[in-house]
Amino acid sequence: MSHPHDESDSNGVSRRHALECMIWAGTGLLWTVAGGVPKSMLLTEAKAATPTGFSFLQISDSHIGFDKAANPHALDTLKEAIDKINAMPAKPAFMIHTGDITHLSKDSEFDNAAQIIGSTKLQTFYVPGEHDMIDPDQGKAYLDRYGKNTKGSGWYSFDQNGVHFIGLVNVVNLKAGGLGLLGEEQLAWLADDLRNISKSTPIVVFAHIPLWTIYPQWGWGTDDGGRVLDMLKDYGSVTVLNGHIHQIVQKVEGNMTFHTARSVAFPQPEPGKAASPGPMVVPADKLRDMLGLTSVTYTVGKHDLAIIDTTLSGN
Amino acid sequence: MWKRLGIGRACACRIERSRRLFLVLGATQLLAATLLLAAARADDGASVTIDNFTFSPQTLTVAAGTTVVWKNNDDIPHLVVANDKSFRSKALDTDDSYSFTFTTPGTYNYFCGLHPHMTGTVVVK
Repeated sequence: MSHPHDESDSNGVSRRHALECMIWAGTGLLWTVAGGVPKSMLLTEAKAATPTGFSFLQISDSHIGFDKAANPHALDTLKEAIDKINAMPAKPAFMIHTGDITHLSKDSEFDNAAQIIGSTKLQTFYVPGEHDMIDPDQGKAYLDRYGKNTKGSGWYSFDQNGVHFIGLVNVVNLKAGGLGLLGEEQLAWLADDLRNISKSTPIVVFAHIPLWTIYPQWGWGTDDGGRVLDMLKDYGSVTVLNGHIHQIVQKVEGNMTFHTARSVAFPQPEPGKAASPGPMVVPADKLRDMLGLTSVTYTVGKHDLAIIDTTLSGN
Repeated sequence: MWKRLGIGRACACRIERSRRLFLVLGATQLLAATLLLAAARADDGASVTIDNFTFSPQTLTVAAGTTVVWKNNDDIPHLVVANDKSFRSKALDTDDSYSFTFTTPGTYNYFCGLHPHMTGTVVVK
C-alpha cells in the first residue's frame, strides 16, 4: 500500500468553531449538530468536495463470503455500493475501508472484494476487522495484501491536504472477557506519530471496532481506546470513524466527533434490542434502507468535517 | 416484524444431570457414579453449544480423557481459544464444530477469539 503524496497547504484550523456535523440519514434530512444538540432541516443537496478541501469515502463491513438469511448476496450489495461511488459526479480523493472486508479471511473472499472495490480506481486505505484476521496464519492473508508500509498488525498514518489520517488495528491479540484492544506497541507508535503533528492539524482516526464504549455487553468498545482519545484531547479537530456495529451511532464531545458507519452487507440490532448482536434479518424490501456508505468532506478553514451517510436504497 | 435467526435454547446435557446425581449420592457410590458419568459421555460426548454469542453450558465439568465438542449455531463465526493458549480452534462458521480432548485435570478458562466478551470454562476432574 503506498501512501498518497502529502499535498498539505498547511492552512490548518486555528480557531475553535461550534461543531456542525451533517448527516444525511436516508430521509432527506440534514442533521446539524451544534454543541451536541441535533437539529434537522430539509436537505437540498449533499455537499461535494469543495475547491479548498477534499472529500473521501468510508465503506465498512462488506463481509464478502457471508451468505446467510440476513443477506444471501453480500457480494451484490458491495457491488451496489461501488456502483453508487462510480456514479458520483465529483470523485472523492480516496476511500477508507474500516474492516471486515471478508467474512472468513479466505483468499477467494479477499480477491472478490479487491476486484469489486478496485473498479473505483480510487486509492483505498484499509484497516482489518476481526473477520479479516482468522485465516490459519492469523492475519497473514490480510497483511500480505494490505500490510505493506504498515507497522505491527497493520497500523499506519498518512497526510492529505493538511489532514492527518491514522489507521489503527484493534482486532488482534484480544483478551478473555475484554473488548477491542490496541496494545502497548501500537499506542507507543501513536504517541511517537503524533509528536510532530501540530495541535491545529485536523485528525481523522479510523479503526474497525468503535474506539469509544458503545455497548460493552456486546463487545462494542475498545479497552484501551480511551488512551488514544487522551493523546488527541488537545487537538482542535478530531474525527473518529469506525465500523463493526453495522449501524450509525454518533457522538460529539468537545472537538471530537465519533461516527460509526453502516455495513454494506447486513444490519445488526440496536444495542440491547435483541438477545445478542449478529446478522439481523429484516424484510427483503427493507434491507437496502439499512446498508450504506459514508462521505466525509474537509473544507480548509472550517473546523468540522461534514459527514454524510447514504443508504443503498436512497431512502 | 423483524426476526433474528439462530435463537434457540441450548439443552442441558446429560452430564450436568449426571453431575447433580453425583452430588446426592453417598461417597460409597463414588465408583458407580463415575462409571455412570463415563457412560453418559460415551453416549453423547460432552458438548458446548454457541447460541446468541453465548457458550452453553458456561461451565462444563468432565472427567479427564473426555473429548469436548463445541458447535457454533450462530450465523456468525466464532473461535474457541484457551486463556492459557493450550487449545485454539480454527474459525468456526455456522454449524462447524471443534473438538479437544482434556487429559489433565484442572480448570480451563476459554473465550471467543473474535468476540472476547464471550467466555466459558471446562473443569476437568
